[in-house]
Amino acid sequence: MLDDFFMRALLAGIGVALTAGPLGCFVVWRRMAYFGDTMAHSALLGVALSLLFELNLLVSVFAVAVVISLLLLFLQRRQALSADALLGILSHSTLAIGLVLVAFMSWVRIDLMAFLFGDILAVTPGDVALIWAGGLAVLAAVIWLWRPLVASTVSEDVAEAEGLRPERARLVFMLLMALVIAIAMKIVGIMLITALLIIPAATARRFSASPEGMAVLASLIGALAVVAGLFGSLHYDTPSGPSIVVAALVLFILSLLPAGKPRHETAVNKGVRP
Amino acid sequence: MLMTNKGASSDRRHLVELKNAGLRRDGRWLVRGVDLTIASGEILTLIGPNGAGKSTTAKMVTGVLRPNEGAVERSHDMRIGYVPQKLSIDWTMPLSVRRLMRLTGRLSDADLLDALEATGIPHLVDAEVRHLSGGEFQRALLARAIARRPDLLVLDEPVQGVDFAGETALYDLIRQIRDTTGCGILLISHDLHMVMAGTDTVICLNGHVCCRGTPETVSRSEDYQRLFGGAARGLAVYSHRHDHTHLPDGRVLHGDGSITDHCYPDDGHHDHHHEDHSRHGHDHHHDHGHDRKGREGEARDA
Repeated sequence: MLDDFFMRALLAGIGVALTAGPLGCFVVWRRMAYFGDTMAHSALLGVALSLLFELNLLVSVFAVAVVISLLLLFLQRRQALSADALLGILSHSTLAIGLVLVAFMSWVRIDLMAFLFGDILAVTPGDVALIWAGGLAVLAAVIWLWRPLVASTVSEDVAEAEGLRPERARLVFMLLMALVIAIAMKIVGIMLITALLIIPAATARRFSASPEGMAVLASLIGALAVVAGLFGSLHYDTPSGPSIVVAALVLFILSLLPAGKPRHETAVNKGVRP
Repeated sequence: MLMTNKGASSDRRHLVELKNAGLRRDGRWLVRGVDLTIASGEILTLIGPNGAGKSTTAKMVTGVLRPNEGAVERSHDMRIGYVPQKLSIDWTMPLSVRRLMRLTGRLSDADLLDALEATGIPHLVDAEVRHLSGGEFQRALLARAIARRPDLLVLDEPVQGVDFAGETALYDLIRQIRDTTGCGILLISHDLHMVMAGTDTVICLNGHVCCRGTPETVSRSEDYQRLFGGAARGLAVYSHRHDHTHLPDGRVLHGDGSITDHCYPDDGHHDHHHEDHSRHGHDHHHDHGHDRKGREGEARDA
């Protein structure tokens, strides 16, 4: 029943969602939604550079996202502008430069929509392997750094004073974000990566009693949204990224309904209607 | 009862030393020329007005901030327990008191409950942190810091938001932790009345070290008097003499065994805000300092 490409998209999407869950929780807890957005938008610049210099797409997107986040940290230290304004400048200018560069390169044919909003047809077996390998690496790093990450989210000062090196945790977290953006780009698209990070985490909040529980639940809710969204995308011939985000949004709205049912039923058993 | 891994008898070692430490931000010195040492078993108290650099100094001690001039020497393998002045937890993070207690390290359930017991909130172990009152939150933070069995406890206004009765109990607890574990304590407060209790050294800070010494010396120094003005005048050095006990029926049991309806005017009180009579409900009049030192201070000022 399932075509090969669809199976690949499902596997890839679930891999991305499982990885995005815990990172998305940190994005929500640390109020870094706009930061994540900025890194994601810079991915288009990475795409353009990869085409221009014939570099590996993934490596170039990852590298640009890292450079942009380092630049952001540097500019924030100088405190000439508020973080908010800096993010606004970097977010839109990297996106714009990316678009301009792509437009200049008349010799390459590029499906811009696929990069911006995701394309399930584009997922190759190699991509699936890459997403799962990268995703597992990200999850392993998150588990390894879990305590310093949570502690420095609650208080940088306490984490620093009590020897957990929050600076290192923050740096690694940034690298992980860049990696997730690079591997998630194909499936959800540049414009919507932050949604896949934030919406499942926000949905999981209400049903969680601990940071750990919220991270796991966000992964599961994200995976559910991916499955529902991809089926929707296949059925209605809609772009995969927006379909996944709409599915995630539906789960989020359901999670806001007054609780009358057992906790987990509301979160897990809804949404998939093939 | 609590934390007996290091006996009070352990030899005193220097935990932290600041040498002429100063920190500058945006071309302005937040604090400068701070010399201090904290040894194990010692309580060092920083007092001073807002913006005096108390928290900045504490952050140089804990290593959160690096001084722009001077030096910090910190004993390696020193375990720090830190209660910061400000801590806001985003409500989107589900965090129970139990999880907060394990924020920076592993902790057995028994130790966790012991520490909460000591700060008086064992019943809140499974409460969500964001539902705690200000005072309860401070108690949870203090419990978290002491449960780590630190070598150095850094407490930045640890009793903010705690009610009067609770304040005394928590200050007693802080002293008791020092006595039983032999850890060093850096305490910050602008609660002048309580600060002096059991403190070995007081440093009065106002961008620089104004004066230092035993609580008695500092409270008599002119710098201190000038800095704290009216609040310092007539202020007793708080010595916590438990010479009477308030019985459940409201009567008072005195040290000599007699029982009366009220405290004697000369009793060592649990409540130390004598210049502010509206804040407590004693129906007798206090027109005197609380112990001899306070009275001397008053007399000198008059």
